[in-house]
Amino acid sequence: MSGRRSRSKQSSVSSITDDQITDLVSKLQHLIPELRRRRFDKVSTSKVLQETCNYIRSLHREVEDLSDRLSQLLASTDSDSDQAAIIRSLLMQ
Amino acid sequence: MDSQHLNPSSLKSRFTARFLRALIKINAQKPISSSSPREIFQRYRRIKVAADKSMAYSVRSRRTWSRATLWKLRSRSRRRLASSGRRSSIKTRTTTTTTTTTTSTNHRAAIVEKTSHEKENKEDHVGLAVQAEELRELVPGGESMDLCNLLDETAHYIKCLTTQVQVMKKIANLYSLE
Repeated sequence: MSGRRSRSKQSSVSSITDDQITDLVSKLQHLIPELRRRRFDKVSTSKVLQETCNYIRSLHREVEDLSDRLSQLLASTDSDSDQAAIIRSLLMQ
Repeated sequence: MDSQHLNPSSLKSRFTARFLRALIKINAQKPISSSSPREIFQRYRRIKVAADKSMAYSVRSRRTWSRATLWKLRSRSRRRLASSGRRSSIKTRTTTTTTTTTTSTNHRAAIVEKTSHEKENKEDHVGLAVQAEELRELVPGGESMDLCNLLDETAHYIKCLTTQVQVMKKIANLYSLE
């Protein structure tokens, strides 16, 4: 692939999606608890991406910890009636 | 205290129902000696897979990341079935998975190449493209997305992960109240 051709194609593509990227990045910023408080500060894109990665990793860890906890809890739960009660209360909220 | 009523068609309720069903199934399968470390680890894995699977199924195939998760889980279970039963078909299965890994590595190589081109153009996008790499590894199916889609998928993925954690926490708390 000729370097010049692909480069010019890329610069036109990236200038079109620049605003899109800024919008998407600010959308991400709102989702991350760490950065939500700094809504009115200018947070650099790089910082948003870094915090996003950290946040996803911490969520993964939480899922693992909760799965671990549930596996221990299930080991000690025997009766079906308890389970039915749990399910009922969860689904009725 | 949430005052939200559970909307039956919401992602949260779809996930909760699916995940609970899976938990009941897992619990029913437990043998008599259910507190050996090995048993607990196996149950941990089954629960974690059930949680991820339930969320991906609740999203269905509307999202690249959910499709990638379901594909990964299905191919993993296919491999397990093959290795436990028919030994002859293992070779064909493993070749299929290796080809897919090569494709994603090629994708990654192509993206890294693009990164070096972009470096010569925009200073801003240098950090972005490099950090996007890290994000690609965390979001299922991220290797083959362009930056826009990656950011969009990430936002949805995070929303679903937080719902997943929220529900799992609630279930764990209810179970531990006994």
